[in-house]
Amino acid sequence: MTAEASAALAGPLPGGRWQAAGSRAWPVAVVVAVGLLVWYAAAVWLNAPRVIERLDGLGQPWGAPELVAAAWSMERPVMPAPHQIALDWWGSVFGNAIDSPRSLVFHAGVTLSATLLGFVFGMLLGVALAVGVVSSRVLDRGLLPWVIASQTIPILAIAPMVVVVLGSLGYPPLISKAVISMYLCFFPVTIGMVKGLRSPETLQLDLLRTYSATPSQTLRKLRLPAALPFLFASARVAIATSLVGAIVGELPTGAAAGLGARLLSGSYFGQTIQIWSALLMAALLGVTLVAAVGVLERLVGRWMGSAPAAPGRGR
Amino acid sequence: MMPRPLVMFAALLLVGGMGQPGGPSGLLALLGIGGVLLCLRAWPAPALAGIGLAALALMAWAMLLALSVPGPRGADANGLWLALGGWAIFVWCVLDRLALLQRPRPLGLLAPALLGAALLFAWEVLVVGWEVPRVLLPAPHAVGDALAARWHVLWPDFRQTAVAVLAGWAIGSGAGLAVALLADRVDFLRRGLLPLAGLAGAVPIVGIAPIMVMWFGFDWQSKAAVAAVVTFFPMLVNTLAGLAAVDTMQRDLMRTYAAGHGATLMKLRMPSALPFVFNALKINSTLALISAIVAEFFGSPIVGLGFRISAEVARMNVDVVWAAITLAALAGSAFYGLIALVERAFTFWHPSYRSS
Repeated sequence: MTAEASAALAGPLPGGRWQAAGSRAWPVAVVVAVGLLVWYAAAVWLNAPRVIERLDGLGQPWGAPELVAAAWSMERPVMPAPHQIALDWWGSVFGNAIDSPRSLVFHAGVTLSATLLGFVFGMLLGVALAVGVVSSRVLDRGLLPWVIASQTIPILAIAPMVVVVLGSLGYPPLISKAVISMYLCFFPVTIGMVKGLRSPETLQLDLLRTYSATPSQTLRKLRLPAALPFLFASARVAIATSLVGAIVGELPTGAAAGLGARLLSGSYFGQTIQIWSALLMAALLGVTLVAAVGVLERLVGRWMGSAPAAPGRGR
Repeated sequence: MMPRPLVMFAALLLVGGMGQPGGPSGLLALLGIGGVLLCLRAWPAPALAGIGLAALALMAWAMLLALSVPGPRGADANGLWLALGGWAIFVWCVLDRLALLQRPRPLGLLAPALLGAALLFAWEVLVVGWEVPRVLLPAPHAVGDALAARWHVLWPDFRQTAVAVLAGWAIGSGAGLAVALLADRVDFLRRGLLPLAGLAGAVPIVGIAPIMVMWFGFDWQSKAAVAAVVTFFPMLVNTLAGLAAVDTMQRDLMRTYAAGHGATLMKLRMPSALPFVFNALKINSTLALISAIVAEFFGSPIVGLGFRISAEVARMNVDVVWAAITLAALAGSAFYGLIALVERAFTFWHPSYRSS
């Protein structure tokens, strides 16, 4: 891409940018609004049987307004209304001290620590495997097919196993959750990095050969920098799967803290609103983490003197 | 070619292994030295690979033989560990040659097959040799025994989960494809849905499992529902990307033929989107299996792979757990492989299948 073309893509005039943002946000807003409307309707429809039962029990005459109002304010609804979830989320985030077990921030923090630790483990393992695959014919031919095959295996099924075994060896739950996350998120990193480490062109590799650069110098000065955009594209996928791993890692042990534990206790005691607000928190956490990786990517890109378009961005 | 010092080191290890009390037999060491010498010679790869594989198998057999009789274990069995070390280096050496064999295609599978078998064998020897407690990590043969002994329990479990996976996979992928086609027709919908579907990739959707279990009960329907929701978004995003991936030139050609939306879709854009659709189907096969198993952790009838895993973990029957995991892994790979075969049949024209 030429400099002019990328400049044209990156920044039209300020006014044009606002207009573009508006024309992009408008369809999303409509779809979200329609979704919320359907949700409210579904809440009435799904909660109606139990609400009608209760209203009949009161023995007073009732009409559609009473039905709708009652359906949107049940304590343990089949389907909570969006505002109930938002209120519960707001209450448990801002209504409690951060370190109290009633606070969603506390649970999110527990899950976040496992997610980040697992992400770091996964990145290290993924990059190490990719460097091995690129620099050794044996690993390329022998190991890479197994790395790919490992993803057709429902690895989360091993989660209870990992928690029990590492727990009985005396590791804290944080480590076992991080190991599960690592298992899940090393794969996109390996695949992306193998692609990235092989992305330098023959011309560039030949140049380094004329400098009589050693393989490790080629790796450090050419292959690794060239692989960075691929690394970040993989990292965005990896951190999302790492979050899934951390949440699932909290399920089988009946862990006391974490978003997964929150889901589990909500399902034991039928606290539907609690489940939904934990889900909302998990979704916010996931989106924030992916966005954070994106910011880091842009910072590193700027620091390296260019803003290369990451592969697979538009997908 | 292996670096010479490494080969010498392997030879030393093997000779050392022969002299140790309780170590493997002299036959083993002899085979090892022979193998290392073979590696030193610049033999043609196929011949060396054949001889090397035979030698490796004989050595492995001898090691298993040494383990099957009472003898020193753990740190005392240093002869065994030396032999295993030498064997590992020899495996690397043969792999190095096998990696050169790529054609015909079945030969290309030899290297990964050897590495997989070697890792399995090392697992077996390490677990039996160090007498690792079965609760921590069972040996592969124990897992195999459990699989055979508990087959009458595991087979119904497998069927229960497979029904949920297939139903959820089909519903989710089908709905994703349908919505993608609709969104492709209605541009407003596409621009509204695409950013949201992208966000869904960052969200741990598996978390809806407890809600689905509440709505649809403990039986397979709730697992299918989770799998359907999880598989919906990858299909939507991939199909839309595939439909957009057509060349301007090709689209213009269709326009010169005065082809309408339907004809362009069926004759040009859908075929060229097929690789993307199959990619989503493959991703979804794994996702559906994972989400069904995770949903079973939240409540299920007393049958199902996820139920079996969580129940047997609680009872410390670790070999049964590993047997269930093995079954799930085999099923997952088979499902994936089947889709890949169908993909080959449908998109044989795609450049990625062209032999260079």
